[in-house]
Amino acid sequence: MSLSRIFAVFVRQLFLFKSNPTRLVSIFLWLIIDVILWGFISRYLGSMGQATFSFITVIMGAIILWEFMSRIQQGIMMAFLEDIWSQNFINFFASPLKIREYLSGLVLTSICSGIAGFLVMIAIAGPLFGYNAFKTGLLLLPFMLILLVFGIAMGIFVSAMIFRLGPSAEWLGWPIPMVLSLFVGVFYPISTLPAALRTVSAVMPPSYVFETMRSVLTTGSFPPDLLSNLLIGALLAAIYLVLTSRFFVRIYHKNLISGNIARFNAEAL
Amino acid sequence: MTDKTILKITQLVKKYDGLRAVDHISFSVNPGEIVGLLGPNGAGKTTAINMILGILEPTEGSIEILGKNLKECKSDIRRNINFAAVYAHVPANLTVWQNLYVFGLLYEIEQLKQRLKSLLQEFDLERFVHTKTGLLSSGELSRLNLAKALMNKPRLLLLDEPTASLDPSISQLIREKIKAYAVETQAGIVWTSHNMNEIEAVCDRVLFLSRGKILLSGDPRALPAEHGKSDLEELFITVAREPLRLKE
Repeated sequence: MSLSRIFAVFVRQLFLFKSNPTRLVSIFLWLIIDVILWGFISRYLGSMGQATFSFITVIMGAIILWEFMSRIQQGIMMAFLEDIWSQNFINFFASPLKIREYLSGLVLTSICSGIAGFLVMIAIAGPLFGYNAFKTGLLLLPFMLILLVFGIAMGIFVSAMIFRLGPSAEWLGWPIPMVLSLFVGVFYPISTLPAALRTVSAVMPPSYVFETMRSVLTTGSFPPDLLSNLLIGALLAAIYLVLTSRFFVRIYHKNLISGNIARFNAEAL
Repeated sequence: MTDKTILKITQLVKKYDGLRAVDHISFSVNPGEIVGLLGPNGAGKTTAINMILGILEPTEGSIEILGKNLKECKSDIRRNINFAAVYAHVPANLTVWQNLYVFGLLYEIEQLKQRLKSLLQEFDLERFVHTKTGLLSSGELSRLNLAKALMNKPRLLLLDEPTASLDPSISQLIREKIKAYAVETQAGIVWTSHNMNEIEAVCDRVLFLSRGKILLSGDPRALPAEHGKSDLEELFITVAREPLRLKE
């Protein structure tokens, strides 16, 4: 693996932001709107009931982490789509760039944009709604790490599907966070779901993050299954990452045989 | 063929759903040699170039570049090759400097900024350093593509219609640069074009492809007479329209 080539993929994306700062809107604007919207909803819900926990902390905490994961997934997809739109595959893949270096460059790009988005969200949610992102203490780190790895896996999966089916498959990428949010307990406890759907939740790494976080924030104490939950979540996320990376590399090799790398552009597939 | 052969292609085949786009072609390129790949549209020229670039996997056959098998040492080999093609422009939404910088990193060019400076000067692109590539004229874009293609001082350079849609003055400039590059660095060059005058002026040897096969090969200045044609263009037309008759 060459750091210079990974950096090349990353810096190519960075230059896009530098050339056209309006691209930053896509990273930050929706996040800001989401935080403000959910901030007011949480405040309203908090004023209605007699809950023993803070809605702001629980709901905003979940929303911010969920948006973080979604941005990671979409960051990879968008960086990948940029290369499709600019018909850059021939130039990239005829260079010494290896497919794993290319993927690493996309991942690096999305991690940077995801972290930037996260910082913007907590910078807004704190002063406006009194949200404290660090209320779970050091637990925030494993939570974020699991969501980061799973977000990368989902981003790679969507990119692989686009690589296989063509740019029109872009539509697959946008609803993924929304669909997953049904199962992983971002907005409600997983116990709310019917038994059949809870089986899906059990194989989704974010379920372990949101269930644990909700438990810590509502009870104020660490649940007995904290460590096992984090370990299962981390293990599942790692498995998804390995599987989706292999899937992407496999699609790349299939495209080398079919000629799609050479022909790949916005109209060809 | 010498023992320092730059490119050696043996019995190369590419099939798509039973159709043979390239059909058992074999040829080599020696140091300092410019080999023209000619043929009508769909003859298999670009397919062959894509296989040499490693972005298309051959169905059969082997490609050796600088004595190494492409399939086994792809990334190593690609440090020493480069290309410019009429259909593969660098991203339009980056500036000239940004594009060259990104490709410099990809090819791990040492003292990159100095190299970029000299390339910009050599290809008369200094005034476009901060211009977005999409705003360049065809000629400027071709010069940028060539600057990118020569960035790593490749030992094998693949040029797929490098002067298509350029005015005669810029075409001549590019031809001269490439010829000088081949002589100075002893790099091997594969050049495709539909401009027969250009091929005659540039190439040491030509290969005529038709329906994926090499039909003829030889010196572009002697080949027409050998086949009873007045010039290369007439020979090209015969290859394109009546390849079987020519074969007989």
